[in-house]
Amino acid sequence: MLRTIDEAIQYIEEKKIERKKKLEDLNVYVCVGTGCAAKGSLKVYEALKKIFKENNVNVNLQKLDDNEERVRKTGCCGRCSSGPWVIVMPYGYFYSEVKPEDVKEIYEETILKGKPVERLLFTDPATGERVERLEDAKFYKAQSFYIMEDIGKCECDSIDDYMGRGGYLSFIKVLKEGNPDWVVKTIKDSGLRGRGGAGFPTGVKWEITKNSKGDRKFVVCNGDEGDPGAFMNRTLLERDPHAVLEGMLIAAYTIGAQKGYAYIRAEYPVAVEMFRKAIEDAKRLGLVGENILGTGFSFDIEIKEGAGAFVCGEETALLASIEGKRGVPRPRPPYPAQVGLWGYPTLINNVETYANVPKIIRDGAENYRKRGVPNSPGTKMFSVTGPVRLTGIIEVEFGTTLRQIVYDICGGLTDDNEFKAVQIGGPSGACLSEAFLDLPLDYDSLKSAGAMVGSGGIVVLSKKACMVEVARFFLDFTKRESCGKCIPCREGLMQSYRILERFTQGKGTYEDLENLEFLAGLIKTASACGLGQTAPNPILSTLRLFRDEYIAHIEGICPSGMCTAFKKYVINPELCKGCGLCARSCPQSAISGERGKPYVIDQEKCAKCGICVEKCKFKAIEIR
Amino acid sequence: MKLKRNFAKVEEILKKHGYRKDNLIKILLDVQKEYRYLPEDVINYIGVALDISPAKIYGVATFYAQFSLKPKGKYTILVCDGTACHMAGSTSLIGAIKEELNIGPGEVTEDLMFSLDQVGCLGACALAPVMVINEEVYGNLTPEKVKEILRNLKEREMENA
Ligand SMILES: Cc1cc2nc3c(=O)[nH]c(=O)nc-3n(C[C@H](O)[C@H](O)[C@H](O)COP(=O)(O)O)c2cc1C
Ligand code: SF4
Ligand code: SF4
Ligand code: SF4
Ligand code: FES
Ligand code: FES
Repeated sequence: MLRTIDEAIQYIEEKKIERKKKLEDLNVYVCVGTGCAAKGSLKVYEALKKIFKENNVNVNLQKLDDNEERVRKTGCCGRCSSGPWVIVMPYGYFYSEVKPEDVKEIYEETILKGKPVERLLFTDPATGERVERLEDAKFYKAQSFYIMEDIGKCECDSIDDYMGRGGYLSFIKVLKEGNPDWVVKTIKDSGLRGRGGAGFPTGVKWEITKNSKGDRKFVVCNGDEGDPGAFMNRTLLERDPHAVLEGMLIAAYTIGAQKGYAYIRAEYPVAVEMFRKAIEDAKRLGLVGENILGTGFSFDIEIKEGAGAFVCGEETALLASIEGKRGVPRPRPPYPAQVGLWGYPTLINNVETYANVPKIIRDGAENYRKRGVPNSPGTKMFSVTGPVRLTGIIEVEFGTTLRQIVYDICGGLTDDNEFKAVQIGGPSGACLSEAFLDLPLDYDSLKSAGAMVGSGGIVVLSKKACMVEVARFFLDFTKRESCGKCIPCREGLMQSYRILERFTQGKGTYEDLENLEFLAGLIKTASACGLGQTAPNPILSTLRLFRDEYIAHIEGICPSGMCTAFKKYVINPELCKGCGLCARSCPQSAISGERGKPYVIDQEKCAKCGICVEKCKFKAIEIR
Repeated sequence: MKLKRNFAKVEEILKKHGYRKDNLIKILLDVQKEYRYLPEDVINYIGVALDISPAKIYGVATFYAQFSLKPKGKYTILVCDGTACHMAGSTSLIGAIKEELNIGPGEVTEDLMFSLDQVGCLGACALAPVMVINEEVYGNLTPEKVKEILRNLKEREMENA
């Protein structure tokens, strides 16, 4: 338990020395983020522990007596599709796709001899060469790690390790200065904008909440991340929970809150667990609780689990949900900064927004602004998925282009795919075509392109993706997630969905196209909350940039071949040997024929299941 | 015969959350973990204990996707249908499960062993398409892999039976 500011500073100095030593010494880091864990990284972790335990490691003729402890857990390294990752310090070797069977070789070559295991080294898709250290790969150089600095070399579940990275010094500095106005000014000068989507200036929000009158005040962290296709908040909470917690502590001190809530969705059990541990450890050291470091400032924090409703990410709905109610938005103003939880002033920010705060205090507003562009300073984490060579979490400065992200960082599209579009900003975001590849990504330029940063999900779409289906998919999502309070959103989204569904089933008409456009505009202007106001974006952006695909659907073709309704299974009589295997396996009894002669498919009966294609050994069944 | 439920477990959960109304969602999540769904009599019990009308609790329970008023399987299969997974072919996984277990989304097998639900993003999009069975995440799936996983689980159950 740290009782004074000086005690805390001294403790941190000790941890810094320990951490420096740790990185110069032999230590193995295993990524246990969700991506790597799903690919078996925990088994690798156990195997490494076991081999360390069973053997007396002699490194530089020094016998290690704390063998097992040298295998450490680290959070997501960003490249989840190539996991599980193992990093061996002090060499910095980055091993990808490690299996428990590989552990013996890592032990014998790297641990005992200090040599890399060539076959496990990561292959840089840009050059096709193996790189010894991640820092040498092109995708790494093209990024700008700031929130994710110390990638692969930080322990996600250790407060001491966080302190060894200088963690909590910003909070201590703020406590020491004792000047909330200075904090507000610093955040304002930094130009930090909320990472939750709308990009509202964080300093301004803090100032309003600080100046609001109330007997009690609250700080809330929005970790709902209901966007399908986005996982940076999850990643951040899992890999660096203390950074988020420290940001919340600074915010609480600044606005004068005594209590905080972290709203994390129940679908993210690991993130919940990590954050819970972070709070407990901070409590144990006296950084959370009563009379923190003897300054008289008290702050307690609680985790609230969400239960799967996208609209709960909307701030007023989220507050209702924290109160234990249905997550239904209410009109703003009054803003939560004035009337929030149980009627008291409440500051609500996104996970990544909070994680930026300790760094801004550490580096100063001036230095912070060196990254990014004037109107959007700093970096942004994006989650990139789709048919690119490397998928996962990236961090880039604002102003980086889509081309840099898709080609330099993610290695371009995988072999049999061709670029068509990116979908950016979640279900309320937009699809951007090839013409936008050189658009610098920041709040303002995306807005002018009819898109938005949103929470930062980027889904790369190839020529195989049907843009009408993409729009249908998002509408299916938003219509389900609409809270139903206002008619334009509830009914409008339903009707728009029905029209889009008609298109994907080959029944769309030109009149539908007009109605769709009309409805989209109406929902956008007449809905009460952000969900309805942005839900038509996928329709509007695809109608604008991919109108020809809608028209093709009306004319009876799905150009990408994705919409099943347009597919036709046909037997090529030239290739058919008349074996009859397909007819026997067709669940619809749609295939008939005579042995030895070409078989035929009855299009009326065919359910387009594709089973017959798999069965035919002569590749005689074609999809047209 | 009407099953008589022992409310000791519910009482324990209520106690853990300090009988606080604002903890309703957490309480329901814990109850669901225990019973694999929200039984009617438990909802009524909670209503009385927290002094919330059962209608309000139903309102909450039906609002959030996580809750179910119908029993779930011993193995709850969640197939992700988020953007990344949908584009990577999550629908074909549903087809594979249907073939293997004969259940569709929102259904449970007769022996209450498996239930299937389609859910929004699970935050493991880099491994799309993804499914989760009782908190274990499976990524980069194909219909064949799904069938194999299910067969292994069935076998394990047979051995334990
Ligand atoms: C439908 C809807 C969903 C939202 N989901 C999220 C979310 O998952 N996470 C988040 O931080 N903000 C979300 N927001 C934005 C929040 O309402 C709010 O603006 C944000 O949390 C403020 O934090 P920031 O200023 O740090 O961005 C959502 C907004 C809407 C309208
Ligand atoms: S716009 Fe949609 S989600 Fe928002 S309040 Fe209206 S109905 Fe609910
Ligand atoms: S399985 Fe192939 S070769 Fe045999 S009858 Fe069917 S289409 Fe012809
Ligand atoms: S696609 Fe399916 S339903 Fe159609 S002919 Fe082939 S097996 Fe029969
Ligand atoms: S989870 Fe290991 S790299 Fe993302
Ligand atoms: S879209 Fe399936 S895990 Fe995110």
